[in-house]
Amino acid sequence: MDLPWLTLVIVAPLVGVPVLAAWRTISDEAARWVGFGATLVAFVVSLGMLLDFETGEAGFQLVSKHPWVESAGLSWFLGVDGFSVWLVMVTTFMFPIAVAASWRIDHQVRRYMAVALFLETVILGAFLSLDLLLFFLFFEALLFPMYYIVGVWGSKRRIYAATKFLLYTMFGSAFLLVGILWLYIESGKQLGAATFDLTALEQLQLPTGAGRWLFLAFFIGFAVKVPVWPLHTWLPDAHTEAPTKGSVVLAAILLKTGPYGMLRFNLDLFPEASRFFADAIMLLAVVGIVYGAIVAMMQSDIKRLIAYSSVSHMGLIVLGIFAFSAESMDGAVMQMVNHGLSTGMLFLVFGMLYERTHTREIADLGGIVQVTPWLAGAYVVAMLSSIGLPGLNNFVGEFLVLLGTFSVDRVLASIAILGVILSAIYMLWSYQRTFQGPAKERWGRLPDLSWREGAIVAPIVVVMLWIGLHPAPILERLRPTSEQVSERVRTVQVGEAVEPLTEASGAEGAEP
Amino acid sequence: MIDLIGLAIAIPLLAAGVNMLAGVRLGRYAGWFATAAMVASFAVVLGALLDLLSMPAAERSHVVAAAEWIRAGAATVSIDLRVDPLSITMAMVVTGVGSLIHLYAIGYMEHDPRPGRFFGYMNLFCAFMLALVLANDFLLLYLGWEGVGLCSYLLIGFWSDRPEAARAAKKAFITTRVGDVMLLLGLFVVWTHFGSFDFDTVLGGEGTLPEIATGTATAISLLMLGGAVGKSAQLPLHVWLPDAMAGPTPVSALIHAATMVTAGVYLVVRTHVLFEISEVALTVVAVVGLAGALYAGFASLGQYDMKRALAYSTMSQLGFMFLAAGLGYYAIAMSLLVAHAFYKALLFLTSGNVMHGLHDEIDVRRLGGLRRDMPLTAALFAGGALALSGLPPFSGFFTKDTILELASHDGDVYAYVLGSLGALVSAWYVARLFFTAFIGDRRYEGRAHEASPVMQAPLVVLAIGALFAGLVLAATPEGRLATFLEPVLGPIVEGHAGPSTGVLVAISVVVTLLGIGIAWRLYRPSQVERWVSFPEREPGMAGVLGHAFYLDDLYAWIVSAVGLRGAAALEWFDRTVVDGVVNGVGRLAVWAAGLAPIWQSGKVRRYALSFLAGGVALLVFAVVRV
Repeated sequence: MDLPWLTLVIVAPLVGVPVLAAWRTISDEAARWVGFGATLVAFVVSLGMLLDFETGEAGFQLVSKHPWVESAGLSWFLGVDGFSVWLVMVTTFMFPIAVAASWRIDHQVRRYMAVALFLETVILGAFLSLDLLLFFLFFEALLFPMYYIVGVWGSKRRIYAATKFLLYTMFGSAFLLVGILWLYIESGKQLGAATFDLTALEQLQLPTGAGRWLFLAFFIGFAVKVPVWPLHTWLPDAHTEAPTKGSVVLAAILLKTGPYGMLRFNLDLFPEASRFFADAIMLLAVVGIVYGAIVAMMQSDIKRLIAYSSVSHMGLIVLGIFAFSAESMDGAVMQMVNHGLSTGMLFLVFGMLYERTHTREIADLGGIVQVTPWLAGAYVVAMLSSIGLPGLNNFVGEFLVLLGTFSVDRVLASIAILGVILSAIYMLWSYQRTFQGPAKERWGRLPDLSWREGAIVAPIVVVMLWIGLHPAPILERLRPTSEQVSERVRTVQVGEAVEPLTEASGAEGAEP
Repeated sequence: MIDLIGLAIAIPLLAAGVNMLAGVRLGRYAGWFATAAMVASFAVVLGALLDLLSMPAAERSHVVAAAEWIRAGAATVSIDLRVDPLSITMAMVVTGVGSLIHLYAIGYMEHDPRPGRFFGYMNLFCAFMLALVLANDFLLLYLGWEGVGLCSYLLIGFWSDRPEAARAAKKAFITTRVGDVMLLLGLFVVWTHFGSFDFDTVLGGEGTLPEIATGTATAISLLMLGGAVGKSAQLPLHVWLPDAMAGPTPVSALIHAATMVTAGVYLVVRTHVLFEISEVALTVVAVVGLAGALYAGFASLGQYDMKRALAYSTMSQLGFMFLAAGLGYYAIAMSLLVAHAFYKALLFLTSGNVMHGLHDEIDVRRLGGLRRDMPLTAALFAGGALALSGLPPFSGFFTKDTILELASHDGDVYAYVLGSLGALVSAWYVARLFFTAFIGDRRYEGRAHEASPVMQAPLVVLAIGALFAGLVLAATPEGRLATFLEPVLGPIVEGHAGPSTGVLVAISVVVTLLGIGIAWRLYRPSQVERWVSFPEREPGMAGVLGHAFYLDDLYAWIVSAVGLRGAAALEWFDRTVVDGVVNGVGRLAVWAAGLAPIWQSGKVRRYALSFLAGGVALLVFAVVRV
């Protein structure tokens, strides 16, 4: 079918918004179903996109390009490749689950659902835009629904956390915006017409110094979002204060816009600078892996612990990107998907426990396995996935990143691999204190997983096992893109001007 | 049956799924269901074994394709299973001894409220263990390797309301994971050098050696040994094994005696060509094994908890297996592995009988005279003890003493003398357990009840194996098992140094009797007062032995004094310095903003609006600029 899949994917969640906006007297229950239904529609549409995605193609596919504000060089330019296709899929997959998981929210439900749908649209937009300004608009727009979700439906220190999240990420975006504008102006000089078109900007001849400065501007913008150590401290606060759904979306999807931006824009636009800064960035990534894990170990609040574990895992993703081997890039993208699933599920299941106990303090919990064995079992599955047990999803990505990095830098890979031990320590230790141990009278009557909760968790477990045991369908579609990007970056010599890309290799399949 | 070998894994895997998800429905039939799955798996493996035996020795290596697992960049990992004498020997142990232990567990766990979960984990363990031994590439081996570690974690912590069980489970997983990471690094080196994880590529096919520099081979071998040391509880990663005894006793017998802990030995034996290229690595294997055998042997003498004493004994016996492998007697290491699976499973399960009959009492100071209440159990324990001690013609003699004999013939005086000391200690500690628990006067209240037939029947089979497996399979260094394994492991070349075999046998019998004699002198019924009060009389010595030379205490101190304090300091740094800078910048900005009245509201909504306004202005600018 020759449908404009990407536009449809982006618009799909919005189908629910007019309903929610117009029908002011909608009951809470109906509003929930509208929200859930719209996210399901988006998932189905994204499956259509996946079916039309050609395996074995490296460049952008399903491209749709329509001039929007022609005079400004802004266009509705969308395209998907092996990297973004999986980020879109994990987004559309996790959103219905996250909405279903926030069924218990009973405060301004209509508004909550509308904000959630808007959030999904802008996240999908960010993953699919090939126009830098369009990307930036989506990238920035996603801050507001997120700010809103944390600030309105969060817990005690929600205002502090939401403000910190907003200001911190906007601080990063300021650099990004400057970088984008600089490129825009430069494109006017070099190409005749100023444009935000990524495939056109790839052809710019940048002086080495300028390329490096621009790289840094982009990098800081994305590094805050990842977050790369030491720009991470907004994350634990935002996670902790966000409602369950907020944490799930934040961890599973939103953080991925950071490494995705690096992969898409930093590597593509500034290959020389990428090489130049790679060692330093890999070092920061490895520090993040070990540091995040150690700090996670000492947390007394489960959500903070999971947040710091994200810092550690995201470090691995950045390491994989900047090791520039095809395997490590495959692994990095796999890890973006996997971290979304496993950390998303950790927050989901913990959210279910929180609804029962109303405490996040590890010290208050304990002795829960006997009372709610299925809930504990679900947590164990998420935990095992998170610590990279082979047979579950995370192992595949972790293994490929470490393997790919090892072939490039043995020392860094050997330090990064400590994360494998440390993750087992903080996860198992916290599980021991939260779930195991002698039964406590206080928690003696907790109900076990309900059918609804089981139905929320089950699809994630199925996908985790599928990826863990048979990742080939994902890797097949990923490989050509990572091989091409890896090849392009690796052929560049540090200190040499970059040969501009030819039209053919830059915009494969693009409509004229 | 060779082509169907995948069923050996699939059947217990499926049964595990059924038991874990629907175990509640099965109720007390869960155990029978799980045992039936193991017997079916055993039948498949047995069929494959018979098929192999019907083929000429040179054609006994088969690869059964299953599926592709990971394909990324140049890395392709397929799921192939390998059926050859080595893998089938391991699979026979796993399914054979595994079936018997499952049967025993039906009786042992009869009062547990969650049999489905327990037997599900047990079946799952066997499936992973079979994947480990049947794998034809390192990645599937690693999958099994981590999988058995997971099941070990779940089963040690099965009674997770007991804090010591939860703690021991975590400790086991983390300690072995240190080893696993080394194994993983080893795999990375394998990959960078060979570009493949396939055994045929890495280990060389028929008669061809892998092309690899000595240094690389040393690196790979030592990293793999690191993994093996963790899994097989050898120095210095052994500390988890004694604590793991907090799990149900069938678990200790299956995982922590007969199968999982032998995975390290299997790994070394399977990859012996790499170890041989690097002679250094082989020497390290022998040294680690010998040191562990002696260390754990002495540590066992200091334990009053029967299961802990047996755990150290397991470590010691595994040390002998590593010693054999390090000296190049791979087939003998495997013979000992098989024999040990029988007699150590038997010893653990008989001590399980004691716990079952005496309300979980397992401290030998509060046992004694059990042979009167539990005559069959006492006889079975004695059988296991005889097999372990190494008296001819029982299986310990034909396996462990063969190692010493070969070492002497090769002129390895250190290995021979120290190994003989280890043999003496082995006889000593196992006789000690028998004397203190089963003879003399009762030191416990009430009566112990003898175990049920469903528990005794598998023990009788194990006892027959324990006593006679050596005679049948390994009566000489070129015995049946070694001959069967020769196509994979190569022949054993005997040297001609030192005393003749007859003299060595005589010495070995004398050494064993000496060990038993020492035990009798120290622990016979009239000496009860003396050995029970030993810690008061000799606190230093009792402390050193009881705490296994304080290694575990040293680790615990390092973890709490250095590890946790360092982590706490880092957490403080993150909270006050890293985040402090962020909040400081924020405050500074708010203060600066205070200078401009429009910002005074301090409301974030306003910042947000400003951003939007900026965005719109930008667009307008772009449009108007025409």
